[in-house]
Amino acid sequence: MLLRHTPKEITERKALTINPAKTCQPIGAMYAALGIHGCLPHSHGSQGCCAYHRSALTRHYKEPVSASTSSFTEGASVFGGSANMMQAINNIFTVYGPEVIAVHTTCLSETIGDDLPQIKKKALAEGKIPKGKYVISASTPSYAGSHVTGFSNMVTAMAGMAEPTGKKNGKVNIIPGWVEPSDMEEIKRLTNMVGVKTILFPDTSGVLNGPLSGEYKMFPEGGTTVAELKSTGDSIGTLALGEWCSADAARYLDKEHKVPCQVLDMPFGLQATDRFIDALRMVAGVNVPDEIALERGQLVDMISDMHQYFYKKKVALVGDPDQLIAMTEFLVSIDMCPVHIVTGTPGKKFEKRIKEITKDMGGKVNVKAKGDMFLLHQWIKNEPVDLIIGNTYCKYIARDEDLPFVRWGFPILDRQGHQYFPTVGYKGGLRLLEKILGVLMDRQDRDASESKFELVF
Amino acid sequence: MRKVAIYGKGGIGKSTTTQNTVAGLVEMGRKIMVVGCDPKADSTRLLLGGLAQKSVLDTLREEGEDVELEDIRKAGYGGTWCVESGGPEPGVGCAGRGIITSINMLESLGAYEESEALDYAFYDVLGDVVCGGFAMPIRDGKAEEIYIVVSGEMMAMYAANNISKGIVKFAQSGTVRLGGLICNSRAVDNEAEMIEEFAKKLGTKMIYFVPRNNDVQRAEINRKTVIEWKPEVDQADAYRGLAKAIDENKDFVIPTPLEIEELEALLMQYGLMEAV
Repeated sequence: MLLRHTPKEITERKALTINPAKTCQPIGAMYAALGIHGCLPHSHGSQGCCAYHRSALTRHYKEPVSASTSSFTEGASVFGGSANMMQAINNIFTVYGPEVIAVHTTCLSETIGDDLPQIKKKALAEGKIPKGKYVISASTPSYAGSHVTGFSNMVTAMAGMAEPTGKKNGKVNIIPGWVEPSDMEEIKRLTNMVGVKTILFPDTSGVLNGPLSGEYKMFPEGGTTVAELKSTGDSIGTLALGEWCSADAARYLDKEHKVPCQVLDMPFGLQATDRFIDALRMVAGVNVPDEIALERGQLVDMISDMHQYFYKKKVALVGDPDQLIAMTEFLVSIDMCPVHIVTGTPGKKFEKRIKEITKDMGGKVNVKAKGDMFLLHQWIKNEPVDLIIGNTYCKYIARDEDLPFVRWGFPILDRQGHQYFPTVGYKGGLRLLEKILGVLMDRQDRDASESKFELVF
Repeated sequence: MRKVAIYGKGGIGKSTTTQNTVAGLVEMGRKIMVVGCDPKADSTRLLLGGLAQKSVLDTLREEGEDVELEDIRKAGYGGTWCVESGGPEPGVGCAGRGIITSINMLESLGAYEESEALDYAFYDVLGDVVCGGFAMPIRDGKAEEIYIVVSGEMMAMYAANNISKGIVKFAQSGTVRLGGLICNSRAVDNEAEMIEEFAKKLGTKMIYFVPRNNDVQRAEINRKTVIEWKPEVDQADAYRGLAKAIDENKDFVIPTPLEIEELEALLMQYGLMEAV
């Protein structure tokens, strides 16, 4: 009982977070930056931040994550980090030769008020940025928002690279949000099947799910290219998947370069994928291809075949807002009951949206933005559930409460496969159901008496 | 919208000058937002008739991150919008970060949107530009015109010179420019001449000379700007003059700060001269 000190009785807490359901902004910024081809993320702060953020990503994706740092010392904290940054730009372009340096700030550089756009202009003026190379920057103090905010800020900085030529490129920008490299691959597969030409950014497929080839590549093959990012201003439209992760960048392109945008939910589950495919179909002006209709039919088939095992099962969920919104909708649509839902990311809109989705489900739904896992655990103690879905940290609750547990979201530190097998789209929906059914039925087998031990489900 | 920041040495009369000038601009029919960037949160007292304002950071601390625009701005004299950034008590926390947070928050809440139909946003900034936070109003083209309040006293001019150095740093890569010096008279010998010369050396001009007058103090005791308190007095006309000078100003420069020896020489030259 590792969490035996968690009391059942819930008291109001304001100034204390226990077992947070979020992490630092720069982790999100770093992940987004790795979705640019030939990009070196750069952490503007002291070395410890950078080391932690890199290792957090490596522990989840099981790939090396290169990133540089401004290596703040006492001196830089007093006099500002401009000199360090200038030297870093010079060193990085000389030694590593990336196409892009994607700089994000840290709590320290934010607090002392370092102004990255100004430092970048100075570097440009002094010729420290070689022609054809780019430095982009995002402000990512961890005392505001969460890792999701940092991701969104860096994606918006990527949109800032758009350079419209005035001639449309006939493509659609797709901003996938913080999903696995495998999910990004799946989104590309689906858009290809519908026949839409796209620019997907960021795109970490081929970067953080690469093969072991025996040869180390500092900049792997994958990622959105600079040319593609520049071209996003010429696209005919943008589909942003997820209000928290992707909407800011899409709205930026809309406002600055008149690229109309549509913000959709992340395509997890049946209905959200339907809306995504429908949006693609409208853009392309085609009917939904048969292959996609087939995949959808397979998902619907699994839902109806196994409906009795989903029906009225209570679920506790923890994760990031965009993922949770889509997942909650999916679970409700198969008659499961997501009753406790927590995200560490702030935003009252989240609670409102979840309440809307669950309003016809019956019974009370506990939902909290800016909540923590301690609260989720207390809710579970008060109203037990049949299943918990969330990141690896849920394993402590699952163990103490003896609950079936599906790992989904960020970070997953103790199981494999998430980098390679998508959970977006209809195929991804099938995989989610496979995992959910797997743990539910394992539980049923474990607990069944000899006379009730079933061979066939 | 014109975005103006008022800087100057602590105690020089920035807040008083800003609010009285804003009252003058209001009389000219301008729509204005005043953003106080001083932890003391006393930049809008005269426009609001007292320290009635709950600061942005207090609101943030008490109500969390879901703040509405209406929670942090209040309507003051003549329909001006008044915002106090606020900040920590003396000796704790980080006041500079407070300014960064509040200005970011105002932006994200849409206080500067076209729909607000502002003619001016005024930033009234604490004392010297001591750290990155206090430079926030001149970063990223947030404020584009700076006026420095100064008097003929050595330390005031020294501070003005330092602030100019800060402006140069941000002007080289951004849109911020110096609009001029406002002399808030301390009745020093040859004050106007000295500040005019100082301004010239900085590459700008003394945009206005505000005479010393006790009516300012009397209006302050009544928690009003001079224009609201007694519109007919001479000092009210002085502030109207300053408002007009700012409204019509078109000279915006990157300043050329002085070496300290040069500044001292200027003081010697004018300070030792017999009063004319």
